[in-house]
Amino acid sequence: MVAQSLLAAISAEAAKHNARPISAKISCGRLYSINEEILRFAFKAIAKGTPCEGTKLVIEQKPLQAKCRSCEKTFEVDFNSEINCPDCKSSDLEMLPDSPLLLEEIELEELVP
Amino acid sequence: MFKVDLKKKILDANEQCAFENTKLLAGKKVFCLNMISSPGSGKTTILAKTITNLKAKLKIAVIEGDIKTDIDTQKIKTTGAPAVQINTHGACHLSAEQITAGLHNLPLDKLDVVIIENVGNLVCPTDFELGENAKLAVLSVAEGDDKPAKYPAIFSKSKALLINKMDLLKVVDFDLERVKADARRLNPGLEIFPISAKTGEGMQNWYDWLLDQAGQNPR
Repeated sequence: MVAQSLLAAISAEAAKHNARPISAKISCGRLYSINEEILRFAFKAIAKGTPCEGTKLVIEQKPLQAKCRSCEKTFEVDFNSEINCPDCKSSDLEMLPDSPLLLEEIELEELVP
Repeated sequence: MFKVDLKKKILDANEQCAFENTKLLAGKKVFCLNMISSPGSGKTTILAKTITNLKAKLKIAVIEGDIKTDIDTQKIKTTGAPAVQINTHGACHLSAEQITAGLHNLPLDKLDVVIIENVGNLVCPTDFELGENAKLAVLSVAEGDDKPAKYPAIFSKSKALLINKMDLLKVVDFDLERVKADARRLNPGLEIFPISAKTGEGMQNWYDWLLDQAGQNPR
């Protein structure tokens, strides 16, 4: 569903500009179940025969952030260890909303008429 | 060559549809939960017991999501509650559009609560908003106490967690305190209810929470 939505969004934008999509930059929060390799594979498979065939995907994973309720510092959450404020060591934290799954920008090449 | 700055939500179509579901449910004053767990955690049994025991207080309906069969819908229907089955035919999660169709097959005017039993899967369903008021995670003790650490997303995004099959606690290696600590580290406000749908242990705490949530008149 992610690959299909992505293909539809890129194709629509390319058609609007009468251009060929060269690459697309995507960003997503850490809590999304997005595996880069699988997304690339799925996208490549469904893009075959469409204007998106050969379009390169650039995927940026955005870290999950937390804010310390004691000293107000905002910091990146590491899932592999205890989550404490790096400054004041407090564990009284507020998890900040995860970044959405975004199509950030696409690079297009004009179609020669 | 030129660049176009978009910042477009990739799952926009699903989220728009989820938003319409939220509006529909709010208009009917129906509280909606999206129940997510691994296969076999006891979701359907929990629902059947809950519907039966809260029958006098809450009118609950269920939307069942499964890859195949209507086994779960049949089980819910034995309680007398309305239930609709959605078969995803291989897809690992429900999408908002399927819920719209499900909602139109339920007597929303006569309901207080709709619980969506998502496809048994601790991963993908967390990414797809359905228009629910809250996500409800279920974990059974037989699955192991490392699940919040291994599958952080669902435990981060849920409002409540049911830890089911507590009657098996003495025969499995499951550190309840570890689960609570790991889950609350990701989600400090998470409500956690250790229960056994089979024996009834702890079920009243979950019922009280559900009654409270349903009475709050959702967003």
